[in-house]
Amino acid sequence: MSEISNQLENLSFKAQQIANEASQLASSVAETSGGHSDFIIFGITVLVLACFVGYYVVWSVTPALHSPLMGVTNAISSVIIVGALLAAGPVDSDISKYFGLVAVTLAAVNIFGGFVVTNRMLSMFKKKQ
Amino acid sequence: MSTLTTAAYLVSSVLFILSLRGLSHPSTARRGNFLGILGMTIAIVTTLSNPGVLSYKEIGIAFLIGGLIGTSIAVKIQMTALPQLVAAFHSLVGLAAVFVAASAYYNPSAFNIGTVGSIPIGSLIEMSIGTAIGAVTFTGSIIAFGKLQGFVSGNPLVFKGQHFINLLLGLGIIALIVKFCIDQNQELFWLIVFASFVIGVLLIVPIGGADMPVIVSMLNSYSGWAAAGIGFTLSNNLLIITGALVGSSGAILSYIMCKGMNRSFLNVLLGGFGGEQAASAGGVKDDRQAKQGNAADAAFMMKNSKTIIIVPGYGMAVAQAQHALREMGDLLKAAGAEVRYAIHPVAGRMPGHMNVLLAEANVPYDEVLELDEINRDFSETDVAFVIGANDVTNPAAKTDKTSAIYGMPILDVENAGQVFFVKRGMASGYAGVQNELFFRDNTLMLFGDAKKVCEDIIKGLEN
Repeated sequence: MSEISNQLENLSFKAQQIANEASQLASSVAETSGGHSDFIIFGITVLVLACFVGYYVVWSVTPALHSPLMGVTNAISSVIIVGALLAAGPVDSDISKYFGLVAVTLAAVNIFGGFVVTNRMLSMFKKKQ
Repeated sequence: MSTLTTAAYLVSSVLFILSLRGLSHPSTARRGNFLGILGMTIAIVTTLSNPGVLSYKEIGIAFLIGGLIGTSIAVKIQMTALPQLVAAFHSLVGLAAVFVAASAYYNPSAFNIGTVGSIPIGSLIEMSIGTAIGAVTFTGSIIAFGKLQGFVSGNPLVFKGQHFINLLLGLGIIALIVKFCIDQNQELFWLIVFASFVIGVLLIVPIGGADMPVIVSMLNSYSGWAAAGIGFTLSNNLLIITGALVGSSGAILSYIMCKGMNRSFLNVLLGGFGGEQAASAGGVKDDRQAKQGNAADAAFMMKNSKTIIIVPGYGMAVAQAQHALREMGDLLKAAGAEVRYAIHPVAGRMPGHMNVLLAEANVPYDEVLELDEINRDFSETDVAFVIGANDVTNPAAKTDKTSAIYGMPILDVENAGQVFFVKRGMASGYAGVQNELFFRDNTLMLFGDAKKVCEDIIKGLEN
């Protein structure tokens, strides 16, 4: 009898713990999602301003260097590797980690390829001696 | 995200902006490229120091494999093959975006966006849009690559109801995204990917080979927007800023290319322009005879002229004639002539293609001028030497309102004292329009492979 009551006590304690954890999780989820909807507005602000920066910077690029411009933009668009690294980061292996590793490889091809080919192009542009 | 991380990402963003800024002049461009590399290094190191990133070994291997492949391709690639290389690289960005989004969907906690099955709706929308753009970029770029490389016919592939099918597919993708945001179902996620793959192919197949400069720029733009989309999923400003830079860069380049052909972006996207179809429809049978010359005549006439403007086009790239052309230019300079190069905005298969090829052949960049800078000088020029270009010199663009290229800005080579046309045959150009210039009194046709003709002229000049 006493054993059962002990077990019951244990169980109720555990239930309490789980409930606590659940409420903590819920509040943290609410926090992140609440914080996230704030980020959307913030992110759109950044996006729009960056588009203006891009507009003025790109129009100032001389037409002779439009091919290297494509090379550089191609390389820097691989900054997507930031997401790939986060995805590949966890220790435990599951499908999302492998997706992340594939993305790291693809982005790395682009980063190295893009910068190297741009450098090759630019090193050929010479002034009249 | 800690304050330090955010600050480091900000530094990367600024470096990326400065790297594009550096391209405003050839003398600062290499420093610009270096700043870009620095920015990327900071971004990667910062991300690696994130407490959630632990599997350094696997990441290191993946990074090394990718880096080796990328470097060896970039070192070996021929400069004439640049357009297809860039298209191939774009496809990788698109595919990487799809994989990152898929990973975020299967393990949202690594990205701080809730848990499996209860991802907040905002993140789902961003994720699915990023996926769709990435997937379209992937297959679209592969088709563009195939057309530029010659794996796929460069002729536009048009069939009935094409645009209607694209419209249906587009609406279907939107519907799938809406359903996915409600259900968070994994089949729906992969359906979005698949449908976007299909629409990527369908969007590019109807577009002809010579319109590829616009398409390559457009896909460049898409790869930027895909990165920005993933930036929203990660709540990461660096990705959003970089995505916006790349996105606007590609959009501006497409705009410049469209303007260089006097066509609207929509007109290019709807496709069907150029190729055999247009050639048969637009090419009126012509019985007139063009005057034909040989390399010796050309060498003799150019040796005795004071000013020469060379107009290169895609044909020069195909024949790999840039080195022979530069050698010819050097000999003419040695004989006392002023030699300059005139570049049309849409010459070649990607923006700035001709400039890179001439630079490769050691032509100094201050001898290479854009249309606006040099067009007025043709009337005071003794010889215009057109090599591998056609439509961009056709005066019909100014006079013939019925012409397919009416309104397109052209290089006024007709105003030069003598015009030489290096061409393989009398075939019309991409637009399928006969070039009036071939039949003018001051035009001499030099038939043959561009490289061969240049070499023959060099022989003539040396004698």
